[in-house]
Amino acid sequence: MGTRHYRRKTSHSEHGPGDGGRTGSWRVERPVFDRNLCIPCKRNKEACFICWLFCPEIVISRTIPPTVDLEYCKGCGICAEECPTKAITMVDEAKFAEEDKE
Amino acid sequence: MHIIEDGNAAAALGVRLCRPQVIAAYPITPQTPVTEKLSEYVEEGSLSAQYIPVESEHSALAVCIAASSAGARVFTATSANGLLYMHEQVQWAAGARLPIVMCVVNRAVGAPWNIWNDQQDSISQRDTGWIQMYCADHQQILDTVIKAYWLAEKVSIPIMVCYDGYILSHTFMPFDLPEARAVDAFLPPFQPEYALNPREPANLNTVTLPDVRMDVHGELAHGYMEIRYLLQEDLRLALGAAAEMEKRFAGVFGREADPYLEPYRCDDADFVAVGLGSLTYQLRVSVDALRAEGIRVGVMGVRFYRPFPDEAIARALTGKTGVIVFEKALSYGYEGALASDLKSALYEYLGGTGRLPTVQNFIAGIGGREIHTQDLTDTLRAAIQARVSKEPAWIGLKL
Repeated sequence: MGTRHYRRKTSHSEHGPGDGGRTGSWRVERPVFDRNLCIPCKRNKEACFICWLFCPEIVISRTIPPTVDLEYCKGCGICAEECPTKAITMVDEAKFAEEDKE
Repeated sequence: MHIIEDGNAAAALGVRLCRPQVIAAYPITPQTPVTEKLSEYVEEGSLSAQYIPVESEHSALAVCIAASSAGARVFTATSANGLLYMHEQVQWAAGARLPIVMCVVNRAVGAPWNIWNDQQDSISQRDTGWIQMYCADHQQILDTVIKAYWLAEKVSIPIMVCYDGYILSHTFMPFDLPEARAVDAFLPPFQPEYALNPREPANLNTVTLPDVRMDVHGELAHGYMEIRYLLQEDLRLALGAAAEMEKRFAGVFGREADPYLEPYRCDDADFVAVGLGSLTYQLRVSVDALRAEGIRVGVMGVRFYRPFPDEAIARALTGKTGVIVFEKALSYGYEGALASDLKSALYEYLGGTGRLPTVQNFIAGIGGREIHTQDLTDTLRAAIQARVSKEPAWIGLKL
């Protein structure tokens, strides 16, 4: 199946997940949350969410605990940089290669 | 109504009749009077449009791209280095499939600096995905502007209306100025297939991946390559739309023409001179002179250069002994671009038949060098007698 009958002949993207393609495949480092340091996790309250606010790809949820949509997370590391308690660590994707296979 | 005006006025009057909603242009010789006249029309209220002054040609076309994306009918005009400065936006307008009409008042490009006429500016934009139409007199300038809006909006591809600087832009000629209601009958208001809508925000022509992708609605959307293929496909289909354009135009205005070519005394000719723009009208004088000497020669103007009317050209030249291509531009390092394209078309349709005409190429009028009709006549006669030339010869070169 091709795109012959797609409704446009131009490049047009709308707000929503995945309109730039499955950008998660670009990631070389994955953000991992330490729940002992993450403010909403520690206090069990909706608080902080600096990671959610700063994520340029809108892939971090405003939940307890915050979750990352790895389908689209590019691994830019802005969340880890901005986290006030250093609860997020960027971990080499190679470390997950084995567990992803399982 | 017949009036006598210069070529730039013919363009501006044609544009006004097409009721553009946004005009953005930066003045450059010899295009300047087009922008002056249009700004006067807007100022005096005879044209209801936004005239947006800009600081450069790059911005002029950027404004047109934005306004066209918002669904407005737009116009710009430029020449020479102004067109080159636009080059990035020129490519963008084609890929974005915006029906922009731009007059290119043909002028030589620097270096060295030169303000006179040749066609190196528009020919250097040949591969940008725009339609290119060339005019040989003032009536054609006015008519081509009107036709260009119809065709651009029909196929969603921008069009350059090219005419020779000074030779056409600054000379006076009588031409028919059509009634506004006739133009309105031919050219309905622009109905864009898509226009920016604040209630449905979208990114246009943002990073588009090499491969296809699922869009937010779960439909398989084009990758970069599909979008570019569709531009090529629609450019080739525009040849058919151009035939419809001419038919409709003739129906409203009574001026009928071949959409692609303008032959003169070619039917029984053994040899045909080929060119773009006003040079082909000058060559008619040479053709008449050589006909008087008993040489069966004609001249054929190519009015539609991109998409290239290869089949029409090959058909028109089938059975001819020789073709002599005169050009005011050069693909530096090889030969005239028109000569290359024409040879390619002949090879495609006549290759292997043993009926391929010889093709010779002459470069003339570079940087406004005076083209004497006698020189054209002598060149044409000598070319017909010799029928060989490996490299394109430059007429009037004083080395």
